[in-house]
Amino acid sequence: MAKIGLDGHDRGVKVVARALRDAGFEVVYTGLHRTPEEVAVAAVQEDVDVIGVSILSGAHMALVPPLLDALQARDAGDIKVLVGGVIPEADRAKLRDLGAAAVFDQDASTDAVVDWIRRHGVRSEE
Amino acid sequence: MRDGSPPAGAGEYRALSRLISRIENHPGAAASIIADLWSRTGRARRVGLTGAPGVGKSTLADQLITAARDGGLTVAVIAVDPSSPFSGGAILGDRVRMVRHSGDPGVYIRSMAARAHLGGLAAATRDVAYVLEAFAFDLILVETVGVGQSELEIMRLADTVVVVTAPGFGDAVQTLKAGILEIADVLVVNKADRPGAKETVMQLREMRRLVPHHDAWDVPVVETTASTGAGVADVWEAIRRHGEHLRTSGELEARRGRRAEREVLALVEAALASRVRATVHDRGEPAELLARAKRHEADPHSTAKAILERLIPPEGR
Ligand SMILES: Nc1nc2c(ncn2[C@@H]2O[C@H](COP(=O)(O)OP(=O)(O)OP(=O)(O)O)[C@@H](O)[C@H]2O)c(=O)[nH]1
Ligand SMILES: [Mg+2]
Repeated sequence: MAKIGLDGHDRGVKVVARALRDAGFEVVYTGLHRTPEEVAVAAVQEDVDVIGVSILSGAHMALVPPLLDALQARDAGDIKVLVGGVIPEADRAKLRDLGAAAVFDQDASTDAVVDWIRRHGVRSEE
Repeated sequence: MRDGSPPAGAGEYRALSRLISRIENHPGAAASIIADLWSRTGRARRVGLTGAPGVGKSTLADQLITAARDGGLTVAVIAVDPSSPFSGGAILGDRVRMVRHSGDPGVYIRSMAARAHLGGLAAATRDVAYVLEAFAFDLILVETVGVGQSELEIMRLADTVVVVTAPGFGDAVQTLKAGILEIADVLVVNKADRPGAKETVMQLREMRRLVPHHDAWDVPVVETTASTGAGVADVWEAIRRHGEHLRTSGELEARRGRRAEREVLALVEAALASRVRATVHDRGEPAELLARAKRHEADPHSTAKAILERLIPPEGR
């Protein structure tokens, strides 16, 4: 779970992290104000199945594509990226077209996020 | 050559990360992985960092990474955090403190949840340490919360154990009770900017006298403020001096020898136990003996002894 960009609201992301822990997942929390590169490096080194990024600043269209690119550049395009935040309907489709696996509105329930990860998150092993 | 360049294969962190996951998720996979890379292990310096939750281990680790990088060493960190006993999940937060090294290809950081590892948490971390050695990191830092027995066991994989305390984090006596002081090669009192640091240092110096170190090494007590970096150079120097002591005294060989013996015996024990469990019900005398015990016709001790004699003939036969 990561916060990219400038907004300093990490309450939501922490709530989701705890819910995931309570659902039996191992969650690496990377803290506030991360760059897309930092998140990609952490995801690769930790060999995660899913990256959850929370962006409340409205800069999602500027921040998500570089994250997806940084993953591709590390041969890690198979790591699923889940985006949460204040995201207008039009942008959601765009983000999914760009390669985000799922987009959740800030108001989405924690259960919905946990449920999505349970159903789609765990990568099959080769 | 220690020129600070990334280790061979560092570009393949993805491959390294996958290998570590396989060891974490499939204890059975470790055997062939370790056998394959064994010839490339044994060259890294292994340093353990342990202490109560929140004393500043990760912050200190972050500073030690910088010190090591300045000295031209590449660094891998294994950061172990506890798993929730209720859900089995975990929140792994050590990495947050070390993020500034993210763009440095000479630094690799991996979090591990303690889980209820099949082969034991210590076994999994030990194998991960071998993998990191094979990927040619010069320094391997292992961070664990110094509470449980398995966490203390992990520290046995280190050549040098740094025990971190801080003022206000339970008095030093509690640390002693946990059996942690006996394994310390370097004692750090972090958060020296907080009131009570001097007293903690004095308390530890006093206690260090009561717990003699097992070899001729005078355990230094070092004060740090990891959040600013103050005193970190002294910790780094203490670690360096301890490394020198290990080499010149022959203690390094001795420690590694003891470690190897323990590892082999633990693996033999684990394999034996699972073999016994898998076959004891099959048929023949052991199964009959077990059945009698289950019917309350024989006591557990005699039954165990009898089964063991069937499985492993006693000496002299
Ligand atoms: N005042 C002060 N705070 C510090 C110092 N070192 C670390 N901290 C703070 O103490 C808190 C815990 O630091 P960590 O490095 O995460 O401690 P830790 O021992 O790794 O914690 P766990 O991994 O959770 O057991 C953080 O808020 C740090 O900023 C210090 O020298 N002085
Ligand atoms: Mg920590």
